[in-house]
Amino acid sequence: MQLFSCPFCGPRDETEFTFGGEAGKIRPEPAPEVSAEDWSKYLHRVGNPRGATSEIWVHQTCGEYFLMERDTVSHVVSTTNALRKS
Amino acid sequence: MQPPRLHKRYSALSLLREGLRGHSGWQQAWRSPEPKPAYDAIIIGGGGQGLATAYYLAKNHGMTKVAVIEKGWIGGGNTGRNTATIRSNYFYPESVALYDYSLKLYETLGRELNYNIMFSQRGVVTVAHSDAEMEIAARIVNAMQINGTDAELFSRTQVLEKAPLLNSGDEARYPIFGGVWQGRAGVARHDAVAWGYARAADARGVDIIQDCAVTGFLIEKGRCVGVETSKGEIRAEAVGIATAGNSGVMADMAGFTLPIKSYSLQAMVSEPVKPCLDTVVLYLGTGTYMFQSDKGEIVVGGGIDRIPSYAQRGNPPVQATVLSGMLEMFPSFAQLKMLRQWAGVVDVVPDSSPIIGPSPVPGLYLNCGWGTGGFKAIPAGGVVFAHLLATGEHHDISRPFDLDRFRTGRLVDEAAGSGIAH
Ligand SMILES: Cc1cc2nc3c(=O)[nH]c(=O)nc-3n(C[C@H](O)[C@H](O)[C@H](O)COP(=O)(O)OP(=O)(O)OC[C@H]3O[C@@H](n4cnc5c(N)ncnc54)[C@H](O)[C@@H]3O)c2cc1C
Ligand SMILES: [Zn+2]
Repeated sequence: MQLFSCPFCGPRDETEFTFGGEAGKIRPEPAPEVSAEDWSKYLHRVGNPRGATSEIWVHQTCGEYFLMERDTVSHVVSTTNALRKS
Repeated sequence: MQPPRLHKRYSALSLLREGLRGHSGWQQAWRSPEPKPAYDAIIIGGGGQGLATAYYLAKNHGMTKVAVIEKGWIGGGNTGRNTATIRSNYFYPESVALYDYSLKLYETLGRELNYNIMFSQRGVVTVAHSDAEMEIAARIVNAMQINGTDAELFSRTQVLEKAPLLNSGDEARYPIFGGVWQGRAGVARHDAVAWGYARAADARGVDIIQDCAVTGFLIEKGRCVGVETSKGEIRAEAVGIATAGNSGVMADMAGFTLPIKSYSLQAMVSEPVKPCLDTVVLYLGTGTYMFQSDKGEIVVGGGIDRIPSYAQRGNPPVQATVLSGMLEMFPSFAQLKMLRQWAGVVDVVPDSSPIIGPSPVPGLYLNCGWGTGGFKAIPAGGVVFAHLLATGEHHDISRPFDLDRFRTGRLVDEAAGSGIAH
């Protein structure tokens, strides 16, 4: 059982968290001008790093969305930072 | 003294003879050659998909200057870690065309490869737990029949006839209403599939190079012309990627991304017990499935871990979920001692269908995205990928699975269609 640290609640059981996708993806705009290629890249193409990764997670119980830096091989979490501004 | 004659073919007679003379006459099943400087085709990854591709390149296309490059040992990836269930109970015609072709090839594979893959067509029953689920089950059965494969809608009584130890009590959290039966489905010996293809490919001249990691691609004028490996550069006319959970790492090396995330998928086996389960059972409600191996172990699997991972070990919460599913399904298995737990890194695609086709880099081809269910597809995957590497063109069966479907939106969404997780 692994503990993840929610920026709001502190260390909690991994089962309370859901993976929300890779960090740093920006939705292309304006929609009518986005090519099928770029839209498909935004929707489906993902980095899948073996090692250090930066991801969006959500703590289901409190609703906090945050950025988690962790390693996909060792599962060591280095940092978790809230996505909200303050 | 004359050296004993070595056996090239396996048969009951050769087994008997070798049994009588201390098994001194078996030949090495495949060579361990050093890589040549160049090949017509290279396949990265010595799992079932890669080895089958090499075999069919030689057999169907007469190509023998072919190498399979494996960073560890053949079958040491998902092929040797999977729960070996073979079935074609999918929803879309494109999927049934692929998986049922594979099942048909499996039916004659042992003979074709002269290798006992222990394919046992003991049937798979997917159990439904409500009237609503029975309607979904009927829909899948209808789709399968229309797609030309065998399927039957089972009643509660029929399910319990196949698996009498299932939890039939009033207290069941997931009561048995009936289910989907595919009688031609079954299980095989996973290692034997890798070894059988390896031996047969080697016999046709394919070089199987183990302990050799691909570390980069040789790209000239935008085209892939070979690979860099821990044993040096190897050039090739066509390079195929069949590295399952490591496909993302390959794509990264070649400078593109894929619609794939890697996750751990775990499985477990119990201590061996007397025969008590002679079919494969999956519960829609628990997501847990199991069968009994020829050795008597209960083999148990379920869903993927919830955290993207290359760790190849599996997290405890999912293990607990899978095991609690098993106890709900077979209360008497509470007495079982679990013997081993392990995991493989599976390549999960949003529509739960494989990606087969050219990559964004010319000369480089993809066979990946099999996720939790590519063992059953090894023979067909090998045939269509060999066709692609040999001709540069899609086989009819692989065309719908091109990477381009994520641009056109023509997904083959089996996650929604058949609710299939593996
Ligand atoms: C626990 C579990 C249960 C499963 N159950 C089933 C099931 O019941 N039925 C079913 O159909 N499927 C099942 N699967 C899925 C199935 O195992 C896979 O889809 C299938 O084995 C994929 O075959 P492959 O040859 O593509 O991959 P693999 O067998 O994983 O082979 C890929 C190979 O590539 C090698 N490789 C990786 N990187 C490099 C590199 N840089 N250089 C050289 N080589 C490299 C790896 O070492 C590996 O040997 C299961 C998987 C798991 C993990
Ligand atoms: Zn929280």
